[in-house]
Amino acid sequence: MSWLERFARPKVRALFRKDDIPEKLWEKCPACEQMIFHRELEAQMRVCPHCGHHMRIDARTRLSQLFDDGAFQTIELPAVPVDPLRFRDRKRYPDRLREAQGASTLADAIIVAHGKLGGHQTVIAASEFSFMGGSMGMAVGEALVAAARLATLQEAPLIVIPASGGARMQEGVLSLVQMARTTVAIEELREAGLPYIVVLTDPTTGGVTASFAMIGDIAIAEPGAMIGFAGARVIEETIRQQLPAGFQKAEYLLDHGMLDMVVHRHKLRETLTRVIDLLMTAPRSADVVAYPRTGLDIPAQPRA
Amino acid sequence: MNSYLDFEKPIAEIEGKIRELRHLSGDGGLNIVEEVARLQGKVDRTLRQTYARLTPWQKALVARHPERPHCLDYVAALVQDFTPLAGDRKFGEDRAVIGGLGRFRGRAIMLIGQEKGRDTAERVTHNFGMPNPEGYRKAVRLMRLAERFGLPVVTLVDTPGAYPGIGAEERGQAEAIARSIETCLDLRVPIVSIVIGEGGSGGAIALATANKVLMLEHAIYSVISPEGCASILWRSAEHAQEAAEALKLTSEDLLKLGVIDEIIGEPLGGAHRAPADAISSVGEALERSLSELRGVAGGDLRSRRRQKVLAIGQKTLG
Repeated sequence: MSWLERFARPKVRALFRKDDIPEKLWEKCPACEQMIFHRELEAQMRVCPHCGHHMRIDARTRLSQLFDDGAFQTIELPAVPVDPLRFRDRKRYPDRLREAQGASTLADAIIVAHGKLGGHQTVIAASEFSFMGGSMGMAVGEALVAAARLATLQEAPLIVIPASGGARMQEGVLSLVQMARTTVAIEELREAGLPYIVVLTDPTTGGVTASFAMIGDIAIAEPGAMIGFAGARVIEETIRQQLPAGFQKAEYLLDHGMLDMVVHRHKLRETLTRVIDLLMTAPRSADVVAYPRTGLDIPAQPRA
Repeated sequence: MNSYLDFEKPIAEIEGKIRELRHLSGDGGLNIVEEVARLQGKVDRTLRQTYARLTPWQKALVARHPERPHCLDYVAALVQDFTPLAGDRKFGEDRAVIGGLGRFRGRAIMLIGQEKGRDTAERVTHNFGMPNPEGYRKAVRLMRLAERFGLPVVTLVDTPGAYPGIGAEERGQAEAIARSIETCLDLRVPIVSIVIGEGGSGGAIALATANKVLMLEHAIYSVISPEGCASILWRSAEHAQEAAEALKLTSEDLLKLGVIDEIIGEPLGGAHRAPADAISSVGEALERSLSELRGVAGGDLRSRRRQKVLAIGQKTLG
């Protein structure tokens, strides 16, 4: 153990200690309504021991569940212009933002962290749904660009764990553009020959689903997670029909060929470790050397 | 000119008078030339004043005007030898997305665009310009085809958004849009996008991730429709005007934000008043953009496009 790790680890642990003080001793499962003792619920990684319902968890808890020994380093989110449109609805956007920052102690709706996962150096970016619905504005977009670059630098796989209502309306078209910006970041990672794994959690919708969340090399979802493009209410209002049972749930998407697997939270860490083990065994081949040059393949040129 | 927007009422009244005068003179041979000219001058003045300061919400109405030129109008006027290509080769043919080979000013191009349809039957055929996943998968297929043959891709964006339906979700609407963006970013041929009407959210950016993004003066381009935004943030669609204001969805704002590269001016009173003029301005702008990109190496086109996308956000409204 280096001096850096010795120094960093207690600090990381200290961050979680405050979570050990339970706000309430018993919690009701939102699915089966059974009461669960808080210690039991934490031990079960917030999966209901009665019905298996996967409750939402915050980004920090998620990261500590995945990294080896729960140890990880977060990176500071790159600075972006605040309130680029000077947006105001019933509230000013900077006020909404400050409220969310105060309530979460996060700068925005995502945490980017790196550490070991199953012994592999890994970068994980996890959405914080409680921060303005995990919505993607410039800060989240830029954080994902940074996460992909960090992974490239560390020659590490990138795991992204979205939980998001979609683009952040208060940043208008600049949040829409993040769909393209995050896609560039993933393309660059892919060209460096590194795996990109997405773990879709409840809920993942809108512009987030329609960009980085749906182009994973491996697409995993948690059981029961709501995943879709349009919201159920919008669809119902448009087509004036009842939606089928299980519509937009992870299992439904799996049946329709949109996911590789639905994985129980208790098995998530070992599944990710196995996938990374398997993908990272062969000598890595970046895009430039991936295809044997025959001398005949001339890059496409616009015809004059 | 048959349909007037609410705020065009003063114009409708004067033009009504002109029609009346013409009708009367047809019977009695009255000399109305002077009076018509005077009224016409008034129409032009009123139009100029009104259209010089359209509110964002009024722009949304103009962008959706039923008589505004649509994708197929541009194709008919600007593309010779248009050869429509159909189907995504996976599930179906989506007529909300038009695609095909053709010749623009003598050079072969691949054209992809969203079509809303003109009358009720056409609107149903084209699903009001709201693509299903098949539309985006067809676009991806045609972009790759264009790349193989070194043809520039031209996209015309005009959609309220991707279709929100059961089948669309089941067949992966989100994935189809994501792959379309991904393909736009990967192509080694030039892509020029023109927002001709409504640039509705993810359904629009799926085809508008380009080397050059042009936008008609009164078109709109937004993360969400003003009505949708109002119903979420103001909890009532009645606040759409305020939402339109807040979203900064006009061509002028988007140019300042660096999201688009150029505004194409519209004829007096909007593209719907003189469709031929609007279409010809689009043709001129398209030719300029394509010639700028002609001869640029494929890898450079791709890396410049990515750099451009990554750089968005450095400019703000301040």
